[in-house]
Amino acid sequence: MPAKTKFEIKLGAATREAFGRALVELGRENKDVVVCDADLSKSTMTTYFAKEFPERFISLGIAEANMCAVGAGLALAGKIPFVSSFSAFAMNKGFEQLRACAAYPHVNLKVVGTHSGISIGEDGPSQMSIEEIGLACSLAGFVVIAPADEVSTKALVKAAAGYLGPVFIRTGRPKAAVVYSPGQKFEIGKAVQVADGADVTIIASGLMVAQALLAADTLEGEGISARVIDMHTAKPLDREAIARAASDTGAIVVAEEHLVDTGLGVRVAQAVAQSRPCPMEFVGIQDTYAESGQPDELLDKYHLIARDIAAAVRKVVARKN
Amino acid sequence: MLELKRPMPKSIEELQAIARRIRREIVEMIGAAKSGHPGGSLSAVEILVELYFHRMHIDPKNPALPDRDRFILSKGHAAPVLYAVMAEAGYEQTPLDKLNTLRQLGSVYQGHPDMRYITALEASTGSLGEGLSLGLGMGLAARMNGGKSRTYVMLGDGEIQEGQVWEAAMASAFHKVDNIVAIVDNNRIQLDGFVKDIMNVDPLADKWRAFGWHTIEIDGHDLHAIQAAFDEAEATKGKPTCLVAHTIKGKGVSFMENNPKFHGTAPTAEEVKLALQELQ
Repeated sequence: MPAKTKFEIKLGAATREAFGRALVELGRENKDVVVCDADLSKSTMTTYFAKEFPERFISLGIAEANMCAVGAGLALAGKIPFVSSFSAFAMNKGFEQLRACAAYPHVNLKVVGTHSGISIGEDGPSQMSIEEIGLACSLAGFVVIAPADEVSTKALVKAAAGYLGPVFIRTGRPKAAVVYSPGQKFEIGKAVQVADGADVTIIASGLMVAQALLAADTLEGEGISARVIDMHTAKPLDREAIARAASDTGAIVVAEEHLVDTGLGVRVAQAVAQSRPCPMEFVGIQDTYAESGQPDELLDKYHLIARDIAAAVRKVVARKN
Repeated sequence: MLELKRPMPKSIEELQAIARRIRREIVEMIGAAKSGHPGGSLSAVEILVELYFHRMHIDPKNPALPDRDRFILSKGHAAPVLYAVMAEAGYEQTPLDKLNTLRQLGSVYQGHPDMRYITALEASTGSLGEGLSLGLGMGLAARMNGGKSRTYVMLGDGEIQEGQVWEAAMASAFHKVDNIVAIVDNNRIQLDGFVKDIMNVDPLADKWRAFGWHTIEIDGHDLHAIQAAFDEAEATKGKPTCLVAHTIKGKGVSFMENNPKFHGTAPTAEEVKLALQELQ
């Protein structure tokens, strides 16, 4: 196999920023796109949309449950509503409304959570969302997306607008490492292989995709060839890519900025169990809540960096055969 | 494009006759199902009859016309009254001769209103406290579209114990959404007993006024009063309207009236017979 170019962390826009910009483009393309926010528009970046389309921006105050159901009502009347707040509030406080008003009647509502994971940093655990992928995936019929960088976020927000049905998108607060070149195509439910390898597959989402690429470079130096897959859609899962990974590489590590108990990892494990069972390891948050601190410090302390992925890979490769 | 019209004007006597039929159908269907919520279905009859047979711009033969008026039964457990009214109004998806399949496997008449089975419903409800938010979304959409569509949401008086109702009430008045009407079916009884004993909601009209709503109190069984109140709501600009409809739980059946037992208990076969005699 030819030597890979080393991946370097180059920071691009935050995925929440990309979401805000994409909304404005969508607003220009389609007058039915409307946006609701719960007093966080300057943080969720729906403020860009609010400035350009004030008549299509609905401020609903600090009342996320109402916002989620109002969004469903807008959708039932033919609009393409995006409701947005921090993931912790949109999903946790809006969960019942998302279930009863959006999932069960299968309504064309788009929910975008920002400030996801522990990389929100200094604000601490009350604002950190580490369970919303699990919650969103338990809403029957929802599409659940966690993009890695600016390019993929923009593309997937637009794909969500074009998809008829409920969608949850997870975005983050800090600047995101650039993974993709502009023009890269994305499809809901279709994973992107960002690096190929023969010995193990790292399946990652969100900011863990860049960390997985860094880990793959480290492992390359140790003679371990790692495939890296960006599983940006947690539901519906790209089962073919997973089965192929299990079959081609015989070992899988899943890395996510989320509780390991309910996130992407358990879903991938289910798909692996149903296709070609192989050793697996899981990098994520281990049954705890984080704390205040700088995002980099927190990701280090809670074992969500390339070092931790590489360690999981060594462990899973040792379990092969 | 088809023009949405109100149903043919009907006299109060005609509407009362329809209401009597609806009450019989409610009792029969819940009796056949052997479970369900008769009390809160019977208390809401006149208001739904006025909406579907006189008030709303709807076309039961073309239920998806975009500028139609909309009704949301936020107190979804009163599904039988909605099913009977829609069946009488002539919606194709709600056949009259299938009302007695209520709550059976495969029936379109699910325990609570379910749009997957009846797409002519405006919402799936049953989890209390959520309909007004849905109605607000529809009202906002109608206003953005510049259409004439109005949205009516019926809530139970027990239901408004849910906090989300007040989030929606605050937001509706703040955004001056004057094309929505909330109707509180104030029948004073919830599952566990009288509302005043479970979690008092009085003073009811004052609460809505304090939240910025034009609020009208009426006898919810008096069709003249109901019609006048809906007229007043249509004429009210710049704020949403709330009708506090004072009603009798179980209205029309003597042994169900004001009886908490019949919030969520089906009548026996014998009780169905007695009730139908009273509803001749």
